[in-house]
Amino acid sequence: MFLAQRRLCSLDSRAKFLKTIYSSKILGLPASAKMSLKITNAKRIEGLDSNVWVEFTKLAADPSVVNLGQGLPDISPPVYVKEKLSKIAAIDSLNQYTRGFGHPSLVKALACLYEKFYQNQINPNKEILVTVGAYGSLFNAIQGLIDKGDEVIIIMPFYDCYEPMVRMAGATPVFIPLRSKPVDGKRWSSSDWTLDPQELASKFNSKTKAIILNTPHNPIGKVYTKEELQVIADLCIKNDTLCISDEVYEWLVYTGNKHLKIATFPGMWERTITIGSAGKTFSVTGWKLGWSIGPNHLIKHLQTVQQNSVYTCATPLQEALAQAFWIDIKRMDDPECYFNSLPKELEVKRDRMVHLLESLGLKPIVPDGGYFIIADVSLLDADLSDMKDSNEPYDYKFVKWMTKNKKLSAIPVSAFCNEETKLQFEKFVRFCFIKKDSTLDAAEEIIKAWIRQKS
Amino acid sequence: MRAMGVRTKKGPRFLLTPEWWPEDRDLRDPTKRSSGLCRALEPGSPVPVTVKHAPPDFASQLCSQQLRDSGQVTSLFEPQQFQRVEFSRMASEYDVVNLGQGFPDFPPPDFAVQAFQLALSSDFMLNQYTKAFGYPPLTEILASFFGKLLGQEIDPLKNVLVTVGAYGALFTAFQALVDEGDEVIIIEPFFDCYEPMTLMAGGRPVFVTLKLSPTQDGELDSASNWQLDPTELASKFTSRTKALVLNTPNNPLGKVFSEAELELVASLCQQHDVICISDEVYQWLVYDGHQHISIASLPGMWERTLTIGSAGKSFSATGWKVGWALGPDRLLKHLRTVHQNTIYHCPTQGQAAVAQSFQHEQAHFGQASSYFVQLPEAVLRSRDHMVRSLQSVGLRPVIPQGSYFLIADISDFKSKMPDLPGDAEEPYDSRFVKWMIRNKGLAAIPASIFYSMPHRKHFDHYVRFCFVKDESTLQAMDEKLQRWKTELRP
Repeated sequence: MFLAQRRLCSLDSRAKFLKTIYSSKILGLPASAKMSLKITNAKRIEGLDSNVWVEFTKLAADPSVVNLGQGLPDISPPVYVKEKLSKIAAIDSLNQYTRGFGHPSLVKALACLYEKFYQNQINPNKEILVTVGAYGSLFNAIQGLIDKGDEVIIIMPFYDCYEPMVRMAGATPVFIPLRSKPVDGKRWSSSDWTLDPQELASKFNSKTKAIILNTPHNPIGKVYTKEELQVIADLCIKNDTLCISDEVYEWLVYTGNKHLKIATFPGMWERTITIGSAGKTFSVTGWKLGWSIGPNHLIKHLQTVQQNSVYTCATPLQEALAQAFWIDIKRMDDPECYFNSLPKELEVKRDRMVHLLESLGLKPIVPDGGYFIIADVSLLDADLSDMKDSNEPYDYKFVKWMTKNKKLSAIPVSAFCNEETKLQFEKFVRFCFIKKDSTLDAAEEIIKAWIRQKS
Repeated sequence: MRAMGVRTKKGPRFLLTPEWWPEDRDLRDPTKRSSGLCRALEPGSPVPVTVKHAPPDFASQLCSQQLRDSGQVTSLFEPQQFQRVEFSRMASEYDVVNLGQGFPDFPPPDFAVQAFQLALSSDFMLNQYTKAFGYPPLTEILASFFGKLLGQEIDPLKNVLVTVGAYGALFTAFQALVDEGDEVIIIEPFFDCYEPMTLMAGGRPVFVTLKLSPTQDGELDSASNWQLDPTELASKFTSRTKALVLNTPNNPLGKVFSEAELELVASLCQQHDVICISDEVYQWLVYDGHQHISIASLPGMWERTLTIGSAGKSFSATGWKVGWALGPDRLLKHLRTVHQNTIYHCPTQGQAAVAQSFQHEQAHFGQASSYFVQLPEAVLRSRDHMVRSLQSVGLRPVIPQGSYFLIADISDFKSKMPDLPGDAEEPYDSRFVKWMIRNKGLAAIPASIFYSMPHRKHFDHYVRFCFVKDESTLQAMDEKLQRWKTELRP
């Protein structure tokens, strides 16, 4: 019923005509039962209603399921972070509105931290915006900078919100996949997945407004190298394109790798928005605080979106975050600094996951960064015949089967692909390893039992 | 500076506004204003752009389209928020009692603060994501609490969406339901975000003004005397009307819409199949025995109304930024789509604190111990205090029946000192507020910023004061007023 309604409503005069025909007077219906032709969604959200997380988190909500799906730590945030927030709740003034573009002490802390990485000083008021999570920064950046008819290059697989956000802005996503080199013999690494420079260059044209970069990458865990970033930077400069750089996992890089900020490359500061996340930095995803850093001539447009959408973020959380940052900014070289200790802790968990997945006969792609690991599960040759809905990609069916039969949940990687290319990644499943040891122990038990069952 | 050629163009419907916080001294120099809308596209300091990236002049196209179509130009320049910011900035520069800012200067009630502290110290998993559409204990208590009030079966999953403040709920509603070319009826005076939010969604604001019925000489005016003309309101509905924004109790006027007035709005919405976006953030702040009525509770209205509320205003904790939208699934599902493609989740702990706070209120509902009873009683005393005090200098307050605010008539000042310093086009109330800040140590907000551009000149003789302030603030206000009184010419 509603599908037809939506099509009809886009044709204004026809809608008016139909409204006359179907008016309640003629049909004798009471007003409440009258089919509304006008009460429909705005076109900008057409087709954007489905969401992989809503579906899969519901599945994993069963407490008997070991949840390695959603990227949500079940470890405790650092003690001092919790303590800061607790103290702050008692301060009266912090219960009222703060500065819309970011609580003063927080933007100062962010400027201080990130100045260490950029060649220039960062103006806390003009070059930083605090948002509702990095998700909110992505939204503000896309709404503020991308116009109808623009094209935006998205690298596949991609964090799933990039595509709907680009579409909501009336722009067209242009996809380019990461492709793997052959890896005979050696362990498969996220660094084996690369962009073909010529293929990438071919995606740029006069309509290309921006490219969205995600490093470290979700779901593969790739940490882009200097050379790879230079290729992207060169193309951005040559084509006068913006770069939206999603760096939420910036601290989570493992031995032998270094996170590099594309905004620090020559010619890139003036055309890049760099996005960060408190949730991923301090393991407090529920605080929903993120930030965008960039030149004022770009940031001001994100600020305008902010002013007309949420206006301001929660005050006590911003103050607590600022104080937590000051603690760690002062000890950046100390192994106790959370920016150093968390990746160390996660590297151990990563290696454990690699080992577990290999013991099951899988070939996981060892991530250089982030807190996810993907593996090709078709090698398990699981019997998915009782999974209904044969239109779904293999990995969707596999995850549902695994959740139901093995009590282990994950996320299908084809959820991170666009419609046309789901098949390219449909054998892969993503596991999250920012989990406490007991969760990983439980996962290990399941996998051991699975192995026994196979043999 | 070498040519950067960086694209600076962006969507045209945004209002380029500086921030609320009064620390940024670098606001645009008013003398450098260019005509209207192009400023929305021009960066503050020129960035050389290549021909490829010369910003298409969408904004001025929009303007001229509007000019052609309706003769009604809503300027994207000099938006209300800009003015609110400028006055706050000035207030911080001078030694003033700030009665402009619309938030309490006293703390939230103890039970709310404790609820927040509990949320922070109990389950550490509250530091992680919760359900996207609302932390379950919060959506459940909102469903049961408001279900009773609205006389409606409310499903916490289908009929409730938690948002980042009521502001976020409004934004989500506009983005979900307002399309290019849709008309949105806005009742003036209006909370200033309704207009830019309509424009950002590609909609056309259609204004209808609350008109003052004359009072007896000498009597103070009342917000309830400001009314909609039924014929005029009806004439604003066209086949393109998608939504009507209702705000009761109203900011800045403090009007509480009566049942009859709501029935008028309701019948027109039903007749024209229009959505009602009902901003009810001040629903507990009603005085003098007036009743807040939610239009969604009227027959035939639940299915076409979004009822928006605010924890910030309910619990005097504006910094928590927790709000909600209640409504039928056929509307809420579209808000959910926007929500999952904009911010996706709201912070968990604030929601836990609000859930707990509502538990408290549900247990005490209607009793003397309820905050929703105590707060309006306390604020009523502040209102009456302010009403008395302002009159001592010749300001004539319009008695509000609800909300945080009242407006005061400054006509006497306009006639006695018509030539206050200001810009050529600056409305009188704006110049008056600046003068009052500089010379009398009191800050308020000019009421004309709550009006559409063409109507501002008719309402430039009112200023808005916030009375939800601590006793000490009101005493400081009295000191300033006493000094002012002595300076009045006999």
